[in-house]
Amino acid sequence: MSPEMLIGAALALPLLAALLVVVFRNQPNLREASTGVIGVATLMCVVALWPLVTSGAAPTLVLVDELLPGVPLAFEVEPLGLLYALVAAGLWPITGMYAAGYMRGHHEKHQTRFFVCFALAIFAALGIAFAENLGTFFLFYEVLTLSTYPLVTHHQTAEARRAGRVYLGILIGTSICFLLLAIAWTGHMAGTLEFRAGGILQGHIAEASVPLLLALFAYGCGKAALMPLHRWLPNAMVAPTPVSALLHAVAVVKAGVFGILKIVVYVFGLDLLTSTEGSVWLMWVASFTIVMGSLVAFTKDNLKARLAYSTIAQLAYIVLGAALATPDGIVGGGLHIATHAVGKITLFFCAGAILVGAHKKNISDMDGLGRTMPFTMGAFLIGSLSIIGLPPMGGSWSKWFLALGAADEHAIFIAILMLSSLLNIGYLIPIPVRGFFFAPKPSHGHEDEHGDDPHDAHREVAADPVGPSQWRPARWPTLREAPLLCVIPLCVTAAGCVALFFFARQFVDLLRPIVGALGGPG
Amino acid sequence: MTLDQLPVLVILIPLLTAPLIVLIRTPAVVRLMAIAAAAASAFCAAMLVARVGEPISYHMGGWTPGIGIELRATKASAFVLALVTGIATVALLLGTRGTRLDVRGTSDRSDATGGQRSREHLYYAAFLTCLVGLCGMVITGDAFNVFVFLEISSLSTYALVAMGPRRRAFSAAFNYLVLGTIGGTFVLIGIGLLYQMTGTLNGPAISARIQEIGDPRTLHVAFGFLFVGFAIKLAVFPLHQWLPNAYAESPSAVSSFLAGTATKVIYFQLIRMCLVVFGADYVFGTLHFGSILGPLSLLGMFAGSLAAIYQLSLKRLLAYSSIGQVGYLTLALSLGTEDGLYAGLLHLGAHGVTKTGLFLLASVIIAHVGTDRLASLNGLGKRMPLVAFLFVVGGIGLIGVPGTAGFVSKWALLQAALAGDHLFLAGAILVSSLLAVMYVWRVVEVMYFREPPERAPLRPGYDWGALAPAGLLLGLSIAVGLYSEPICVYMRSAAAQLFAGGGAP
Repeated sequence: MSPEMLIGAALALPLLAALLVVVFRNQPNLREASTGVIGVATLMCVVALWPLVTSGAAPTLVLVDELLPGVPLAFEVEPLGLLYALVAAGLWPITGMYAAGYMRGHHEKHQTRFFVCFALAIFAALGIAFAENLGTFFLFYEVLTLSTYPLVTHHQTAEARRAGRVYLGILIGTSICFLLLAIAWTGHMAGTLEFRAGGILQGHIAEASVPLLLALFAYGCGKAALMPLHRWLPNAMVAPTPVSALLHAVAVVKAGVFGILKIVVYVFGLDLLTSTEGSVWLMWVASFTIVMGSLVAFTKDNLKARLAYSTIAQLAYIVLGAALATPDGIVGGGLHIATHAVGKITLFFCAGAILVGAHKKNISDMDGLGRTMPFTMGAFLIGSLSIIGLPPMGGSWSKWFLALGAADEHAIFIAILMLSSLLNIGYLIPIPVRGFFFAPKPSHGHEDEHGDDPHDAHREVAADPVGPSQWRPARWPTLREAPLLCVIPLCVTAAGCVALFFFARQFVDLLRPIVGALGGPG
Repeated sequence: MTLDQLPVLVILIPLLTAPLIVLIRTPAVVRLMAIAAAAASAFCAAMLVARVGEPISYHMGGWTPGIGIELRATKASAFVLALVTGIATVALLLGTRGTRLDVRGTSDRSDATGGQRSREHLYYAAFLTCLVGLCGMVITGDAFNVFVFLEISSLSTYALVAMGPRRRAFSAAFNYLVLGTIGGTFVLIGIGLLYQMTGTLNGPAISARIQEIGDPRTLHVAFGFLFVGFAIKLAVFPLHQWLPNAYAESPSAVSSFLAGTATKVIYFQLIRMCLVVFGADYVFGTLHFGSILGPLSLLGMFAGSLAAIYQLSLKRLLAYSSIGQVGYLTLALSLGTEDGLYAGLLHLGAHGVTKTGLFLLASVIIAHVGTDRLASLNGLGKRMPLVAFLFVVGGIGLIGVPGTAGFVSKWALLQAALAGDHLFLAGAILVSSLLAVMYVWRVVEVMYFREPPERAPLRPGYDWGALAPAGLLLGLSIAVGLYSEPICVYMRSAAAQLFAGGGAP
């Protein structure tokens, strides 16, 4: 297939999936199978673009000459976008499989609408990834917001409605008030909205305006959840877990940080930012978000809420990489899109599996869960290590490059990164530790039967973690994992975390050219 | 050649059909006649759009301008004509497929009163007369003729509004009558003063004379009277009181028609008054008109949209939203640049199409639910999924989400504001868009998040006579949103033509 057809196919296939889901709405097996098959086909299209991009070509597809005057609806595959598309398309079929298990295991309603919106969201994510200019980017950015709104409010409860208001209010609000203004302003100054290597603003913008425009872009991409506009993300956790997993750990939030990275590289250009120092403030805001996100995560007992704040902190890594505007920082930020995606989706898959298999939401209830759900908890441990950034997990590389990027001029941020790693250990590792080493608490049914006494007894056990029962359980209980459709995907992504450690080289080589073109020390 | 007669045919066809309808009376026949007349008129307007390049000047009865009346078809006026006649055709389709027309004294109501003769023909006659008035205002090149057509459209509108299904329609119509008459009188006084100063009623001729006579106080006064008169009819912010009631109480088809056309035509008059008659240099340079219109527009944008958030019924919500949208239109004009005018013309089209579509949907909802109170629309997303979905599409068009025509025009407006170094205005435009998000999403939440009531059955089936046009209009909005090139090119040249004085000789 020609490159144009590959791009077209990658964009059209998710739409086809949405259509098929509607057609097969009465045959759930066929419905989910079509999502899976098309998901794999989409991934293959994106993978097929890889060799073209590494060989230096820039496959382009122009769909409409003029979306707006002088702004075509066009797509161009460049390394950063390819990476993001790869992440979105690669995790889609896995999530589709997981979602099938989860939605059925959890007896969710409106499954057809769910899968339709899911496919539309992937379509929008790929559109964002391949957007050739800011106009196309903005179009798909809004499509992504609107197509995920029904997913966030899936349960249609009062709580979901409230969360949906915050979601839409912040995402649409920032995109219209800040992003659109920034795009219009850019178009006015530069005369074009194209993403161009080296940036389009050089020589067109007053030095004093650089930080302001960057602020409009950074907060305009509200999906990046930069504090203080991060509230939508924890709120969006009312959605079913597969949504949280793919969209609010991967596709949606990454659309925000990917947008910031792409805008820094292709609209501002690294030279402009380093010479004017217009992004220094953003480094501090990102650092603040990193630390605060991690600290707030400590306070959350609800597993999904803790993961949400962890996501906020991790997204800020990527923003920090963009703000550093050094070649290594950009590569690290780009790499972190992939490594964090795989790690965090593993954690969310686990959270959902625990909900389906053991009906537990709160971390304090998860003592001893590793005995009944060893695969889930094992995957959780691997995912946590990747998020923390310990070898041999993929996450260690992205953190390494981010630290390298900061080393030259802003070494202080290395300290922030290290502090953040410590915090990550603090709020993530206790969860598998509880799962594997703590004695299970008496079940709720048990408690109800016996009144207050066993309740106090288990408190004592919790207070005394080295009790004999901790180390010599009378017998290992039988496995009570979530449905197989849930467990397989989370094992796959956990394996992905490890694989990324060994194959990170390929991704780095993919990303190098975008910063190497500037002649920086690649 | 017949093609040369196009400018006059647009108004002549409905003008002659209206009295025929009164004579024929048979409901089934007059309905078809009205639709055919509007469609024929729309066809002529479309032909005009296709043909117009340089302004087409048509001399009524062969009398030269100055003595006789001149009709002028410019690119902009041809477009507005096509919009008005097209929307009229679509609105007339409403109620043709057996559902309630929502007009006092028609269809099922007349059966109930037993033998009372249907007054449907009067409704159609008034409708066509209103169409004549609106089209006439757009195409005429004669200042006094503008007033005549303004009154034709106004008087028939009062009658149409009063035909609304509820008794409150009377007070709405009466309010509109009082305010509309004041507006019309102001326009007449303004035209009188202009005639006194220039001795001619022909638009381009007045313009030429104004250049010669300098800047006398009388001219200021004439401008003031004309502006206030049009501002009332256009519902510019503090003068908007008549609009919500008139839109909410009038029959469904009428509110669909008026929402998309009435204010748009007046807006076009305001543009012509500023740019063709008085001239941009005088209006924006000498009179600093922009510094009056700009703040009023901003107020309207915010006040209208804010009020829309708190409305309890769908039609009133849409009506207040219109007041906000008029703010965008006048803001575009107040920039006093060609870019601004271009944005205003684009928004005129985008909003006309979107708002008509939404009002049509509202009338489908009224036909099936029996009321448009938001509280009664709970769970409509389940009960009428197609209607609810289309409403969301229209709603995001109002907000100006990319991929809709509303975005194309908002983008042009932003660019125009930035080109004039008004970063503040650009911000205000965007912030006010958020208010649109709020009022649209209020409806969405009602339709999708509340449980449908247990009882309260729906009328079965869809009123395709209203739903198909609504779908068509909203589809058009999406199509333009994704492929805006032809319309943008057309509007660009239309704006250039107007800004150059409407191709004045």
